[in-house]
Amino acid sequence: MYKYDEYDHAMVDARVAEFSDQVRRRLAGEITEDQFKPLRLMNGLYLQLHAYMLRVAVPYGTLDSRQMRMLAHIARKYDRDYGHFTTRQNIQYNWIKLEDAPAILEDLASVEMHAIQTSGNCIRNISSDQWAGAAADEITDPRPWAELLRQWSSFHPEFSYLPRKFKIAVIAADEDRAAMRLHDIGIQIVEKDGQHGAAFYVGGGMGRTPMIAPLIKDFVPLDDMLSYAEACLRVYNRYGRRDNIYKARIKILIHELGADEYRRQVEEEFKHVKSLGIDPPKAEFDRIAAQFAPPPLDASAPDAIDRSDPDFAVWVDQNVAAHKAPGHAIVNISLKPIGGIPGDASSAQIDLMADLAEKYSHDELRVTHAQNIVLPHVRKADLYAVWQALDAAGLATPNLDLISDIIACPGLDYCSLANARSIPVAQKIATRFSDLGRQKELGELKLKISGCINACGHHHAGHIGILGVDRKGTENYQLSLGGSGAEDVSLGTITGPGFDEDGVVDAIERVTDKYLAERTEGERFVDTFRRVGMAPFKEAIYG
Amino acid sequence: MVEHIHSDGEEPAVTLDAFLSQSNATAVRLEPDEDARALIPHLDRLALIEVAFPKFRDGRGYSSARILREAGYAGELRAQGDVLVDQIAYMKRCGFDTFAPEKALNPADVEAALARWPEHYQGAADGAVPIWKLRHG
Repeated sequence: MYKYDEYDHAMVDARVAEFSDQVRRRLAGEITEDQFKPLRLMNGLYLQLHAYMLRVAVPYGTLDSRQMRMLAHIARKYDRDYGHFTTRQNIQYNWIKLEDAPAILEDLASVEMHAIQTSGNCIRNISSDQWAGAAADEITDPRPWAELLRQWSSFHPEFSYLPRKFKIAVIAADEDRAAMRLHDIGIQIVEKDGQHGAAFYVGGGMGRTPMIAPLIKDFVPLDDMLSYAEACLRVYNRYGRRDNIYKARIKILIHELGADEYRRQVEEEFKHVKSLGIDPPKAEFDRIAAQFAPPPLDASAPDAIDRSDPDFAVWVDQNVAAHKAPGHAIVNISLKPIGGIPGDASSAQIDLMADLAEKYSHDELRVTHAQNIVLPHVRKADLYAVWQALDAAGLATPNLDLISDIIACPGLDYCSLANARSIPVAQKIATRFSDLGRQKELGELKLKISGCINACGHHHAGHIGILGVDRKGTENYQLSLGGSGAEDVSLGTITGPGFDEDGVVDAIERVTDKYLAERTEGERFVDTFRRVGMAPFKEAIYG
Repeated sequence: MVEHIHSDGEEPAVTLDAFLSQSNATAVRLEPDEDARALIPHLDRLALIEVAFPKFRDGRGYSSARILREAGYAGELRAQGDVLVDQIAYMKRCGFDTFAPEKALNPADVEAALARWPEHYQGAADGAVPIWKLRHG
């Protein structure tokens, strides 16, 4: 894991001091709310329906146990004893007092954490593959590349007042576990002539105009990556639309210019930017990469798993994934208990996950964009002990990637932008499909719910997506089918007229019944949908 | 040293269009939607470029400033308009050396803002040595 040096500490400390001073000036009435808003947003502080919400950055989703315990401490001391893990691999707290924010940021800084650039029209926290460093299919660990980008983008003087927010994801495997092409910049580390470089996909995103990012450059060498990113951003900062907030994301610029023209402008800017000497030397990458060296795994760890406990075996089959090292496994902890709030965890649960990471996973945890937690490096021989501890804490729901492993935004229960509630719909769907046998029969089925058009719940990328809208003062839910945020990326298609809360649950049941009737051997729901198209599903739903 | 108040009696800055067509002016004003690169052939006879910030949230002027400095402009580069104390440190990094805020800034806050950052992660137009270079000499 990356450890701060004196410079990193000094920068975060300076930011805490700066924001404390800004809060003081705001509370004293020296700056207006309009002037304060972008400052608090760039420090992760939103004003929601009932209180301030603080979003804490978890760079590329990686944490150690000390940091995880601090997250529990903050939930306990400053909030209502729980936190909410988000689709950007961060955590947010929903009941924060503005006057507590500086103290919270100081607590976070003490464990090398912060809330910097988790909101606002700036480059946001960099996200990545939650299995980085452990996945059997990666060509390298993407996190050193993400850390280079984190430092470059932190307090970037030119790109802190962009037309709109800017999200970057970095992966290094063909299997995309980070929805890479639905980011403003999606980077895939690829290999060419024995060298690793960055493929740049630019202009993806969800929101009211979802777009899949086109490939802008197939191979940017490490030595050029920051210059290339700088060129991509400069073209956007200068020419992205600022007349309409809904057309201000980079995807609209690239859509209007065309990918070829955007690429031409970036290449021209890159030629100039490259001459400025802003790319760090290889030694800096090596310094960072050394800190992501694989943990000292037990080379003689046995490969066998004692599956004699049937409940344990069910969990292993669903929630445990292959590790690159023999005798080890990746544990995925579902934060989606049936009837629970997707992504929420209590302070006690967060502490327990920290304990398990320290004892069994080389002190590492990950947050996933699907709002779950990962223990990336667990000996297979320890899986049973891990499972027992998780089960006792209500954290062993064996539903990874099944229909009840739902991504949901906070919705109208918390969010001032929402038009409809997301959480109760997620709870009703999970309860309707609570039978595990039925869920497993349906197989991989990614269901995602957004409470408004901003699509924080990734509904466009759901195999089944739900969008809550306000229709003449009542909550209405539109259903879409066939989206994917993975390597088979696609955008969902709306089925037709929307439903009320119970109606959408019924409609999903008709959709899944139709899938079971139509599928051929080995087809996932989304495969069947792609093969047969919308018509049979539409008929099943609307008759 | 950063000057916060511009002097009276200077030559008024003309618009970009006027500058490009009339030629002997030595001060020009650049609006957010105007291309800073149009000035590059004329930088050696400019003494002042005033970059307008009609709204502080509109960040195009930061890119304009860097482009001008990267092209070698050494004259006065002024941020004018909705220029607030919480933006001036980044403006300075982008190459601005004077500020003409519509509303006067508190001098103590200005001093604190400009002294805030011990180092910088990335290279910009202020000549600061980025942290990666400090790490590796």
